[in-house]
Amino acid sequence: MADTSPAAAALAGVDPRPGVAKPDPILRVEGVRRSFGGLTAVDVEHLEVQRGTITALIGPNGAGKTTLFNLLTGFDRPDGGSWSLDGRDLGRAAPHKVAQLGMVRTFQLTKALSRLTVLDNMLLGATGQRGERFLTALVPAAWRQQERAHTERAEALLDRFNLLDKRDDYAGELSGGQRKLLEMARALMVEPSLVMLDEPMAGVNPALVQSLLGHVTSLRDEGMSVIFVEHDMDVVMTISDWIVVLAEGRVIAEGPPEHVAEDPAVIAAYLGSDEDEDGGDASPGSDPATGGGDA
Amino acid sequence: MNLMAALEQGLRSAVGPTAAWYALLAIGLNVHYGFTGLLNFGQVGFMLVGAYGVGISVSILGLPLWVGVIVGLLAAVGLALLLGAPTLRLRADYFAITTIAAAEVLRLLAISRVSTPVTGGPFGIQYNASAFFELNPLPFPGALTWGPFSFTRNQTWVLLVGWTLALLVSIMVAALMRSPWGRILRSIREDEDAARALGKNVFSYKMQSLVLGGVIGAMGGVIYTLGGATVNPNTFRPDITFYAYAMLIVGGVASRFGPMLGAFVFWFVLQSAQALARQASAADLLPDWLSGASAVGGTPFVLTGLVLMLLVVYRPQGMFGNRREMALDG
Ligand SMILES: Nc1ncnc2c1ncn2[C@@H]1O[C@H](COP(=O)(O)OP(=O)(O)O)[C@@H](O)[C@H]1O
Ligand SMILES: [Mg+2]
Repeated sequence: MADTSPAAAALAGVDPRPGVAKPDPILRVEGVRRSFGGLTAVDVEHLEVQRGTITALIGPNGAGKTTLFNLLTGFDRPDGGSWSLDGRDLGRAAPHKVAQLGMVRTFQLTKALSRLTVLDNMLLGATGQRGERFLTALVPAAWRQQERAHTERAEALLDRFNLLDKRDDYAGELSGGQRKLLEMARALMVEPSLVMLDEPMAGVNPALVQSLLGHVTSLRDEGMSVIFVEHDMDVVMTISDWIVVLAEGRVIAEGPPEHVAEDPAVIAAYLGSDEDEDGGDASPGSDPATGGGDA
Repeated sequence: MNLMAALEQGLRSAVGPTAAWYALLAIGLNVHYGFTGLLNFGQVGFMLVGAYGVGISVSILGLPLWVGVIVGLLAAVGLALLLGAPTLRLRADYFAITTIAAAEVLRLLAISRVSTPVTGGPFGIQYNASAFFELNPLPFPGALTWGPFSFTRNQTWVLLVGWTLALLVSIMVAALMRSPWGRILRSIREDEDAARALGKNVFSYKMQSLVLGGVIGAMGGVIYTLGGATVNPNTFRPDITFYAYAMLIVGGVASRFGPMLGAFVFWFVLQSAQALARQASAADLLPDWLSGASAVGGTPFVLTGLVLMLLVVYRPQGMFGNRREMALDG
């Protein structure tokens, strides 16, 4: 599966070691550090993410994956470091600026907007809405047509995510898994160039996971870049073009799935964290072997 | 005791000018709290600047009345910017505390000796509002009497203007909340980080909400002051804000016409209770422990509180609120 993507092919010659340069990076991270009191949550010396690929960010619980997402998207401030999207420095950009520049994230703890309908959740994601300006908002004729176009796009996405029949329900009435799907679909309404998904499959009905994986791959095939955090190694091995392994805030390994699965440093990181609640799922000792076989 | 008479009295007050300017305060709070989730506990401060804006412009600066109205509304914009700039980035509770404090500071400042030359201090301001009453097109010269209602020609004019304004503003707010602009406010109410992650400038929209709801509150202040051609500093106590909240909750938070209905119902209940308590007191039926030092004491509020409790128990979403929406936790 991974081999079919041209972007993945571009990664074929890249040396699988931490911090390695990529032929066409969409995201470049340089020396980003964040500590909480004495605890260093994130300390990434150098990291590049290849454009048009699915990059998995894995690591034991507490490795700093969510914190790294928060830093890169402006939701948290680093102690130091810089990063750029498409060559544009994002150093101190506010979260909404980051999103407007094309980097959109989802949250590990789902943020469905409960008392908005599913459709309104989706429409919120659309960018450049004329009706979002106060005075124009008072003149429906000025934005109704645009709203109709956005509604069509939203419905197409909802259909893809099996949520179309929930269109007029409140988001708060959805199940946990459906909220995850909605949050992901909503992020896509922004039409990002890079989408960052924090555990998008957690809590999603296993029957749906397969089709969700299909969606993620098709996003990549449409030219979007995807970074996602996931604990299920089968999933990671199946769809990623590249895997970045984080442990105690550092990038300890990166490379294509089959390489990472056999990396002794990765196995040690996982086995060393036996208090990890997802340890069963995440242990690369067993799952990756099968997953690697598939890929 | 005559219950009918008390209810008629309540009804008379509930259509009167006071309920109308309360309705405007509650509509403004609906924008802040109902749609944006901003806990503004200082709505009376916006009413205050609206009223003093008119009073000072006309009595001290000698400006025409309509200019005074504009000054009052602009003062609310200023207050919103001043209040919002340092607090809207902070956690919601800081904002709430700041609003109630700011409104009290404004009231005490208005009463204080230093500002007496401008605000009239504890005596407030009386001015000439004839320009407003000259606009009155009502054909009859004397009082309007219809059923239990009886209003002077001027009162009728104020209440007509007040309720019409409340209706128009309600319709405008409803239209705004259905627009993409309103969708952003509602998303901020639900989860502002989600709105940020989708590229919305949350601070800017909170500020716009604060300004809009504040200006609507100032309209309430304008109607209040035009009605009596006075500004009485003792009016602007914090209770006013909490009455307006009670009205909003009774009518239905985040509903279109809830604040108007809520203002009417709340004022009807409170004024009926007040009339009833006065009757009871006159007939010597109120025990001392209930009436306290004054004639009726807190009795009307106890009665009103009971009615409100029943309403909230049996209709938690308010009269016009959406039950399905209410059942979801934010
Ligand atoms: N706001 C915070 N305050 C203090 N410690 C934090 C905070 N956020 C994260 N941490 C700590 O930083 C480390 C990394 O957390 P996180 O990024 O959530 O890990 P992951 O997403 O990889 O499971 C953990 O040890 C966590 O306890
Ligand atoms: Mg996490």
